[in-house]
Parts: sequence; structure tokens; C-alpha cells
Amino acid sequence: MSDRKLRVSKIRNGTVIDHVSGGQALNVLSILGIDGSEELGVSIVMNVPSAQLGKKDVVKVEDRELSQSEVDVLSLIAPEATINIIRDYDVTRKTRVEQPETVTGILSCPNPGCITNGNEPVETSFSIVADGVRCSYCGTIIRDSLADHIDAE
Amino acid sequence: MMRQDHLITATQLSRADIETVLDQAAEIAADPQAWAESHFGSVLALCFFEPSTRTKMSFDTAMKRLGGTTTDMGTVESSSVKKGESLADTVRVIEGYADAIVLRHPSEGSAQMASEFVDVPVINAGDGAGQHPSQTLLDLYTIRENAGLDDLSIGIMGDLKYGRTVHSLADALTNFDIRQHFISPESLRLPRNVRYDLHEAGAQVREHTELDGVLPELDVLYVTRIQRERFPDESEYRKIAGEYQIDADLLSEAKENLTVMHPLPRVDEIAPDVDKTTHAKYFEQAHNGLPVRMALLDSLLGGDDK
Ligand SMILES: [Zn+2]
Repeated sequence: MSDRKLRVSKIRNGTVIDHVSGGQALNVLSILGIDGSEELGVSIVMNVPSAQLGKKDVVKVEDRELSQSEVDVLSLIAPEATINIIRDYDVTRKTRVEQPETVTGILSCPNPGCITNGNEPVETSFSIVADGVRCSYCGTIIRDSLADHIDAE
Repeated sequence: MMRQDHLITATQLSRADIETVLDQAAEIAADPQAWAESHFGSVLALCFFEPSTRTKMSFDTAMKRLGGTTTDMGTVESSSVKKGESLADTVRVIEGYADAIVLRHPSEGSAQMASEFVDVPVINAGDGAGQHPSQTLLDLYTIRENAGLDDLSIGIMGDLKYGRTVHSLADALTNFDIRQHFISPESLRLPRNVRYDLHEAGAQVREHTELDGVLPELDVLYVTRIQRERFPDESEYRKIAGEYQIDADLLSEAKENLTVMHPLPRVDEIAPDVDKTTHAKYFEQAHNGLPVRMALLDSLLGGDDK
């Protein structure tokens, strides 16, 4: 992996999320629940040329190794993303995101009448269906612009 | 016995589940006294967060006819819900008093959520514009009694968008060899998630904006009410709702043995002159609620196979 390709300096330990669909880097951080308050070193690159995607984003999170289940929810907005776990400047593990069966607590249901939008102690849950996601409570299907439904708190 | 612990949506029901309940309902209808002591001591909690007369009375009577008793949450106005208690807390408290809970609530998905907080069976008696699966079981019982459940054409007419009885019925009918015709104004057609279910199940479905063309081929016509509040103004409502009303004269175009059903209450979508025709089965349908709900309760409460 060349320096030119990444355009930001290498990290010593942590996670590099590469091949994120162009423009989705901030949503990636939002889904991962990273907003800066954790005091992790975070660097992002947006809309750099990519042979595979046309344009891609790259997200680097220092000193935190993301688990497979944490990154799998990224498949909703960045299905081509690759995950590199870095230890002492070396890539020790490289995986693809895999589509999970359900996504919990990440998206909010667009149906105002859904019980998950009431004042109840319940997390949202969506199952993955043919070309979108479906609320496990009210059945509402979201097909387009999933990123608009990310519940950023 | 059904494989499930709860009855939340009709999509969870297999053909075998449905037939088991309907067969048992038929046995109960033939000899209700034989079941009079079968759930002695069992308590059913009636939790209706929306007004209901017949569904609540039907469950109340069904439990008592099985030898059990019921405990009623009362109206929302008189309960702790008004003080802001969550549904999750309400059902966790009520679970302590009852062997099963019947829930009607204005939010879609409420019964699913409630079932995740309690260990006793939850029966969804209507969750907003979502589902109403116990109504579906009595609808299917009525269809089976009058027309059988295979090789049929069924027309479902009215408010298909918000009609929870329609959503549950359409989902359940996919278990049978049935052609489903949906007749509604464009603005009240089936919601996307139900059309998705039907498509996934490989159902034979057609949508229409008028009853005229399809009426002659129907074996069953299921009519639902179009509500005033779905329209911006009174004249628009009158104009559109008027196109989805039936009377005896219109039914002269139908098959002689057409079965006309309605979940009730009806207002003016079925003219009173239909009541006297052999097509009218909606009061019989309402009466079927009792044996069907007795069979359902017996199955969820763990009845022995008599
Ligand atoms: Zn929902």
C-alpha cells in the first residue's frame, strides 16, 4: 500500500478502513459511534481516485482495533470496504465487511408510528432484505439512502 | 399446537398452524361444553390501549368459556399509562397477574416489542396500521366454511393501506392456492412491506381501482371501511368512499355463491339490503370469533390435544 494512495501518514496501531464509497467517511464514523470525544486519533481522506470505486474514502482510527461485528454494519453504506488491523505499522489482518443478518441500534425507523420511535426502552433493529433493510418491529422497508436514517447520537 | 409462543403477525403462521387452529375451532363449535373446564384457573389480561368493543368482548368470552377468567387494564385514561408509563413497563407488571396477554396498541410493532419483555404469550389484537392476526384466523375459518381454502379468487376492498385486518389476511392467504385481488383508491393501496411479503411468498396478486371488472370472477369479497380521517376534506372522502360501496343490486353481477365478508363495524360500505341476500356472511364471521379465539387461547396456553 503506497503512501501516495493513502495521502495520510501511516498509523502505528489501530484500524484502517479502506475502499469506503466516496463521500461516506463521516457516516462510517457515525455508525461506529466515533465522534472525537473518545480522544482517539482519527484521520479521514475523502473522494480520492479509486480504480475500483471511481472515488473512495479512507478512515483511519488509531489505537483501536475494530471487531468484525462492529465493521459489518458498514456494509449498509460501504459494501466494498476493506478493514486493515494495524500493529506496529504492519497490517496484521485484512478482511472485507460482511453483510450481517440484522443491524441493531444504528438506524432509526422512518415510520413515525413505529414503537421504536415511542418512549420505550428498546433499540431499533433491522433485518437485511433483498435490496434494503426492514424494521423488525413495524416491517417498514428502507431501500434508498440508508445513510439518512443513521441515528447519530 | 402452534410452534410459536406468541401470535404477533400473520406471516409467522404456516398452513399447518392455521389448519390446526381452524380444525380445533370446528371441534369447539360443535361441542363448546366439552371445553368448559379446560383452562380452569387461567387468567387472560386484556390490555386495550385503543377503544375496542367486539375484539375485547370476544377474547373475554373465549377465556371464560374455557373455564378461565380475565383481568382488564381498563381504559388508558384511567390507568398508569396516562402518567407516562412505558408499554414495556406496563406489560412487565401485568405479566405478574396473567397467563397470557392480549394487546391492542396504536403503535406499529408494539406487540412484537411487548413480547420481548415478558415470558407469557402475547396476542397481537391490533398494532396501529400493522397486523391483527387473530381476526385473520376467524376470517380464514369463515372462508373455509363457505368456500373452502384452495383454488379461490378473493377480492379485498377498501382501505388497504391502513387496514391491519387486510395486512394480516393477505399475508396468511399466501399459504393457500388463492388468487388475491386488491381493490382500492390509488392513495389507499397496499403498503410496500405487505406487497413485499406477497411477492416473496410468490402469491398471485392483482391490484385494481374498480370493483366492476373483477367482481364476476370472485368467490369471496372482503370489504373494509374507508375512514373519513384518511382524506383532507369531506367532499373528497364522500366521492372516493362512494366508489367502494356495495349493495344488493351491484351483487347481481356476482357469482351466485359469492361470500361477502367484513371485519365490522360497517358504516355504509355495505348497504343494509345486502344483509338479506345469501351472500352476507359478516355476522356469521363475527360469531366465529368465539370458537376460533378459544382454539387460539387453548393452543397458546398449552392445551392438551383433545
Ligand atoms: Zn419500525
